[in-house]
Amino acid sequence: MSVNEPRPATLPRYSATFDLHTIAEIHRAAATGIYDIRGFGAKRKLPHFDDLLFLGASISRYPLEGYRERCGTDVTLGSRYAKNPIKLKIPITIAGMSFGSLSANAKEALGRGAAIAGTTTTTGDGGMTDEERAHSRTLVYQLVPSRYGMEPDQLRKADAIEVVVGQGAKPGGGGMLLGQKISERVAEMRTLPAGIDQRSPCRHPDWTGPDDLEIKIRELREITDWHKPIYVKVGAARPYYDTALAVKSGADVVVLDGMQGGTGATQEVFIEHVGIPTLAAIRPAVQALADLDMHRKVQLIVSGGIRTGADVAKALALGADAVSIGTAALIALGDNDPRYEEDYRKLRTTAGAYDDWHEGRDPAGITTQDPELSKRLDPVEAGRRLANYLSVLTLEAQTIARACGKSHVHNLEPEDLVALTVESAAMARVPLAGTNWIPGAAGI
Amino acid sequence: MTQISSDRRLSHNSVLDLMEMSLREVNQLLHDTRDGDFLIRNPRGAHALACGLDGDLNVTIEGHVGYYCAGMNKQAHVKVVGNAGTGVAENMMSGVVHVTGDASQSAGATGCGGLLVIEGNASARCGIALRGLDIVVKGSVGHMSAFMAQAGRLVVLGEAGDGLGDSLYEAQLFVRGSVRSLGSDCAEKELRDEHRAALRTLLDAAGVGGIDVAEFRRYGSARKLYHFQVDNAGKY
Amino acid sequence: MCGIVGLFLKNEALQGDLGRLTGVMLRELCDRGPDSAGFAVYGDGCKGITKICVVNCDGSTDWSDVAKRLSAVIHAEVAVEEIDDHAILRTTGSGEVARKWLIDTVATAYVLSQGQEIEIFKGVGSPAAIIERLNLEMRTGTHSIGHTRMATESAVTITGSHPFSTGDDTCLVHNGSLSNHNRLREQLVRGGERFQTENDSEVAAAYLASRMRAGDTLQQALENGLKDLDGFYTFLVGTREGFAVIRDPIACKPAVIAETVDWVAMATEYRAIAPLPGVEHARIWEPAPATVYAWSHAA
Repeated sequence: MSVNEPRPATLPRYSATFDLHTIAEIHRAAATGIYDIRGFGAKRKLPHFDDLLFLGASISRYPLEGYRERCGTDVTLGSRYAKNPIKLKIPITIAGMSFGSLSANAKEALGRGAAIAGTTTTTGDGGMTDEERAHSRTLVYQLVPSRYGMEPDQLRKADAIEVVVGQGAKPGGGGMLLGQKISERVAEMRTLPAGIDQRSPCRHPDWTGPDDLEIKIRELREITDWHKPIYVKVGAARPYYDTALAVKSGADVVVLDGMQGGTGATQEVFIEHVGIPTLAAIRPAVQALADLDMHRKVQLIVSGGIRTGADVAKALALGADAVSIGTAALIALGDNDPRYEEDYRKLRTTAGAYDDWHEGRDPAGITTQDPELSKRLDPVEAGRRLANYLSVLTLEAQTIARACGKSHVHNLEPEDLVALTVESAAMARVPLAGTNWIPGAAGI
Repeated sequence: MTQISSDRRLSHNSVLDLMEMSLREVNQLLHDTRDGDFLIRNPRGAHALACGLDGDLNVTIEGHVGYYCAGMNKQAHVKVVGNAGTGVAENMMSGVVHVTGDASQSAGATGCGGLLVIEGNASARCGIALRGLDIVVKGSVGHMSAFMAQAGRLVVLGEAGDGLGDSLYEAQLFVRGSVRSLGSDCAEKELRDEHRAALRTLLDAAGVGGIDVAEFRRYGSARKLYHFQVDNAGKY
Repeated sequence: MCGIVGLFLKNEALQGDLGRLTGVMLRELCDRGPDSAGFAVYGDGCKGITKICVVNCDGSTDWSDVAKRLSAVIHAEVAVEEIDDHAILRTTGSGEVARKWLIDTVATAYVLSQGQEIEIFKGVGSPAAIIERLNLEMRTGTHSIGHTRMATESAVTITGSHPFSTGDDTCLVHNGSLSNHNRLREQLVRGGERFQTENDSEVAAAYLASRMRAGDTLQQALENGLKDLDGFYTFLVGTREGFAVIRDPIACKPAVIAETVDWVAMATEYRAIAPLPGVEHARIWEPAPATVYAWSHAA
């Protein structure tokens, strides 16, 4: 090499610690002085159901014939105390999402789709809209820390009541809705001035702790004459203790939401760094129920990143009675649809990555209060799409269950599963595929 | 404006004794009855007594009650001759709830309408997240009263503890005695004629006479936290 | 999470009823504390004699043998009174030394208390059953503290039950949940404290005991606790002479106090106080946050 040739350059190298996303975020924080707020759930890669596989029938186990041999999917929720438990046709419910974070059309679509499929929808941090009550055949009514929209007539119109302690995206956090989504109608329902940024409490106003929750649940039962099941929802943090305490407080159903669970709006750091993955939460919760001899007597609904019938089947195999979908339901309605790519580009994002739901400019008309954008979502058509998706989830779960020889999806059990990684094996307490090894079990 | 009625005659035919009936039986009876006068004896701190009422009912409870008495009350007139535990009249919608003794914390929490009168003291978080209910406390209120109160009015003849009206929205607060400290975004405001008139009406409804409304000070939201600004970060 | 009760008798004539009244109060709080119960009774003491209460918690314990061995270690007589799975060891020797020896040496037993007046009893299961089995209603004395438990983050075991005692004649019951007890426990261990559980309330008890050993009055120790202990709490702390109540500054966990000419009672819910004799004449109030309320038999 002669002295006149340029020296070879080192290849530009990105830092794994200060990656492009991190650098952009620091720039943004320095420019604005406010934390990043967004919707959606945890986006980073986490141990999840994909790391588990089913052991289908072989020589020692026999499968059931698809379509001809029955594989039941029905679930009863709330058998512990309620006079009128909830009977579902499928083990998949629609999670709580507020009118306010979602448009009225979206709430109506969810109601329509759930009714067709024979399952429930859930109100959110904003109360019950007439549309949702009219179209959802079976409606779960949330008692949230803010109590926005809470009133006894709606309590009496509901089919079940869900006391929200927290959610997976932000265990320990309260609701959030920014001014651009506090339309006149939303403001009226929440008794707030239109257009302001809503500040919400993270604790309930009139009880703190499971011992006082016990008394609150009793009050809710007294007000509704013990007719309706009472659910308690927690974000996944200490699932063993939380489940045990929910049972001791008198819950009929425990709803457990992992960190992949979505939100309409909260701080990005909350979503990504507080709470544990859904996969890590299920076995401890089921263990708590079993230790109290309450498995199947107090039902467990699991949510946070449920996407396919395989996820449904795996959650049930690990011991859940049912699952709940939020983000997936919105995607079924049309969220992040590539046909709106031009609009996503204008919002400086792209289809598949759109999560600024808090801004209320959703091109799909779902996470918005803007009347023009809302019109893009036809509740009847979107309801049909949701019903289709729920149908696929159910058929997929049945296919897997039959392949494992089960005549009811509840007969799936942990021993039908193996894991692909050490983490998922430890979290799900199932052996690494091809081995007998469950990391962490029996002191190894 | 609903008022406390001290002169309605009570029918002594409808005496419900919690030494002889269960709480469930008492509440179910009250739920099944659209109107009537009831006297409830021996509450002995029972929880959720006379909650979820909806009707032209007049209920008097002799003795101290536990948590959530008259919770979510609609239309009914409930009088507690004694003290009330946590969350009395929580989320009430209309009607009147009247406590002759003291109330524990979170009295009138998230209440939407009607009138809550407390003759004694209310403790912490009186009127927390108020949404339209009117509360009149003849004694004092504890800390964090009217926290995040959105609408409605809290009238306190005595003193208020620390953090009054923290994170206040549009509820109006009137305090006659001293306020230990104001919460975040709560500020004293001018007491104008319309406020004096409203106070007068409220005090009359609560059966409070002989008080000069000019002795009250008005507090409301400074509205600085209605939109997030970096420089206010310390106030959250 | 739980229910706590305390009864301080001003009228000596009621001392024979202390246990019965404490039992009545505890029974009202079974709903909010279904897992286990414990109580401390102060009375029946003798100057110069230390009572050490112990309970069998793992396998079985030969109390006479333990007493003999302990006697040799502390060079003093040790008498044994057995009550169900508990034992009261009475000695003129050092309570502190005895406690440390018992914790370090007797793996099947758990030390509940030591002091001149205090006796602590605990059990797992329904509080009503525990009250009966341990004959709380026959106990007499000047003041008592009781607790019904709904276990939050620790297991339901006898060792997890309150009251916790780590100092002479001192004990604590706690309604709430601390959030910085783990690091605090490490510091206290380095300072020589011995812990028998992973429980947050035990840390609070040890913290107060260590502050009082360092010279704080109970009042000062509780006020220092406001800075050093993080979380939600209503504490009821028993001492040889009486008891004290304090709530954290946020004061979400409930508490009510009632006083007549004959007694002072404290409880998580009013209904535990409602059955007490003379309650219709009681002054009833709610303790303010971050404020110590104390009653004492000492002049």
